[in-house]
Amino acid sequence: MAQKVTISPVTRVEGHGKVTIKLDDEGHVTQSRFHIVEFRGFERFVQGRPYWEAPVLVQRLCGICPVSHHLGAAKAVDMIVGAGAGDGLTPTGEKMRRLMHYGQILQSHALHFFHLTSPDLLLGIDADPAVRNVIGVARSPDYKDLAVQGVMMRKFGQEIIEATAGKKIHGTGAIPGGINKSLSLEERDRFLKGKDPLNADTMIDWAEAAVALFRDYHQKHREMIDGYSQFPSNHLSLVGRDGALDLYHGKLRAVDADGKKILNDVNYQDYLSHIAEEVRSWTYMKFPFLTNLGNEKGWYRVGPLARLNTCDFIPTPRAQKAFEEFKAYTGGKPDNMCMHTHWARLIEALFAAESIKELLEDPDLQGEDRVVKGTRQNEGIGLIEAPRGTLFHHYRVNEFDQIQMANLIVSTTNNNQAMNEAVGQVARREMDGQKTITEPMMNAVEVAIRAYDPCLSCATHALGKMPLEITLLNHNEEVVDRKSRHTNGVQQN
Amino acid sequence: MNMKHDYNILIYGYGNPGRQDDGLGDALIGRLENWPDLNGYEQVTVDVNYQLQVEDAILLQDKDLVIFVDASMAEEVEDIAIEPVEVDHRASFTMHAISPGYLLAMCRKMYGNHPPAYILHIRGYEWGINEPITDAARENLDKAWNLLKEIIREPEKLDANHAYMTAKKVTG
Repeated sequence: MAQKVTISPVTRVEGHGKVTIKLDDEGHVTQSRFHIVEFRGFERFVQGRPYWEAPVLVQRLCGICPVSHHLGAAKAVDMIVGAGAGDGLTPTGEKMRRLMHYGQILQSHALHFFHLTSPDLLLGIDADPAVRNVIGVARSPDYKDLAVQGVMMRKFGQEIIEATAGKKIHGTGAIPGGINKSLSLEERDRFLKGKDPLNADTMIDWAEAAVALFRDYHQKHREMIDGYSQFPSNHLSLVGRDGALDLYHGKLRAVDADGKKILNDVNYQDYLSHIAEEVRSWTYMKFPFLTNLGNEKGWYRVGPLARLNTCDFIPTPRAQKAFEEFKAYTGGKPDNMCMHTHWARLIEALFAAESIKELLEDPDLQGEDRVVKGTRQNEGIGLIEAPRGTLFHHYRVNEFDQIQMANLIVSTTNNNQAMNEAVGQVARREMDGQKTITEPMMNAVEVAIRAYDPCLSCATHALGKMPLEITLLNHNEEVVDRKSRHTNGVQQN
Repeated sequence: MNMKHDYNILIYGYGNPGRQDDGLGDALIGRLENWPDLNGYEQVTVDVNYQLQVEDAILLQDKDLVIFVDASMAEEVEDIAIEPVEVDHRASFTMHAISPGYLLAMCRKMYGNHPPAYILHIRGYEWGINEPITDAARENLDKAWNLLKEIIREPEKLDANHAYMTAKKVTG
C-alpha cells in the first residue's frame, strides 16, 4: 500500500509549511517535498507606497529578523536617493548600520544554538521531548550556564539593536542615505564596560566558549555530526572586496562542492543576470538557481555554512583562528555537512561579537555626518547576509516616488532546494519501512530542517496552533496516522 | 496622584501590528500606555513586542504579577478569556515563537522563582497584511480594555481567584 507522510508546520498568517514523504507499497521512501512559508502578497503590499517607507514597512515581514529586512531595504533605497550601492555612506552611517547588523547576528545565532540546537546535540535527538530543552541541558554540571548565557547574549544583541535602530519594533535607525542617530558615549560605555555579563568582552568570551563546546562535542560524536545529512552543493554569499567574511556589504560569490568559483565576485546589482527562480507546481515557494548552471545543477545553499565556504578569511582574530580549524577539517575544501552549519553559526557569532567591540571602539560612531544624498535613481537593489543567509531587496519607483515593483528573495527561499535535499536524506534513513510516526522520527526530520534555521513562524505566533503536524496517508489519501506538535513542543496524537 | 496599591505588575502585549487582528496585543498596550500613571498605579509597567523572546524572562523576575496579552484564533475564546500560565520547559519547533510558560521556566531557571502570570486572550478573526483590526475584534479589544483596568485596580482579585476571572464574561 503506497503511503504518504505529511509534516505540516502550520502558522496562521505566513502560510503553511509541511513535509510530504511518499512511501511505496513496501514502505520505502520514494519522494520527499518540503513546502515552506513564503511571503505571498508582501511585494504587492508595498506597491504604491513612498519608497522612503520601505525600510520600516518591510519589518512587518518578520518578527524575528526585522533588522535584516530593515537594512536590506535601506540599502536598496540608498541607491534611489543617489547614496550609492552600499559603500557610499558616511563612515558614521555605515558603521552604525554594521553595529545594528552584528547585534542582530549575535542575538539570532546565540538563540539558535543555546536554546534550539544544544538540546538536540547534548541530550540526543531521540531524548524524551519533556526534557529535551535547554533547561534539561542545564541540569548537567558541564552545561549549567548555557541557558543563562543564551538569554544574556540575546539581551546584549537586542540592546545593541535598540540603541542603533531606535526601538525594538519598527525601528527607524536606517534611513535613505544613512542613519538617523549616532551612538552616544553613554551607550558606547554601557556596551563596552557594562557590568558583567552585559559587555562586549564577556560576549566574545562566551561566543568563543560556545565554539569550543561544539568542537569538543564534535570530537566525541564525529560520526553522527558528520553523517547526519551531507550532500554536495553549491554555496553562495556576499564576501568583502578582499574575500573576507562580510555580512553587510561586498560582492556576490558562489563556489561549487569542490571549491571552484562558479560566480566570481560579481556586483549584486546584476543579480538578475546570475540568479533565476524556478516555479514548481507543488509549492508556492520558488527555487532559486545560478543561471550559468541551470536549474538542475545551479541550486545553492546560503547561510553560515555557505558563508564560511565562500569567504577566504575572517577579519577578526579569534574568529579567524576558529575558521582555520574549521577549514582544516575538510582540507580547505567546502564543507557540505549539514550539521556543521551549527559550527559555522557559532564561529559567526564570535565574529559578530568581535566586530561589535571593534565598532564600539571606533569614534566614527559618535560622528554627526550621518546622511548622504546624490542624484535620484528609479531603481535600487539591496543585498545583505541575514542570520539565515543571503537576502535580496529590489525596488523600482515612479516619478511620484511610489514603489512600482518590489522583488524579495529571502534566505529561506534561497535554501529551498537544500532543505528539500536534507529532509529527503533523513526521511529515507528514518522512515523507510515505517508504518507509524514516532516522536524521534519527527524530531529527526526537524533537526535537519532546523540546521537551516528557516523562518517558519515569523511575524506572528499562535497559542493553540499546531506548528508541526505529521499525517500518514495511504494511496487513497486516507489518514493512517497523524502526529502534531504544539507551539510549546508538546506532541499530540 | 497617590499610588493605590503596591503591586508590581507587568502587562506585556505581543503580536504583529502589521497583521490585522494579530495587532490586538499591541493595540491594547497602546491604549494602556499612560493610563496607569495617570490613575495612580505607578507600579504598573507595560511592554510590547512582535513575539515573546527568551530575554523577556529578565523582565519577569521582580514582578508581583504578569499579564500577557495576545490575539487568539481559538474558537473556544468567544471574545476574551484569561487563564493562568503554567511553567512549560518545552521549546517549540523553532525558537521563533516561544510560549509564556517557557518564559516562566526560564525565569525560574535564572532567578529561582517566577511571578504568577496570566494570559489574556483577545479573539481575532482576520490576519491580512497591513489591514486594520476588524470591527468584531475591536469590540473584543474594548472588553479586554475594561477587564485590564479592573485587574489593575484590584489585582488581588485575580491573584486570589483566577477561576472566577476566567469564567467571567466581561461586557463593555
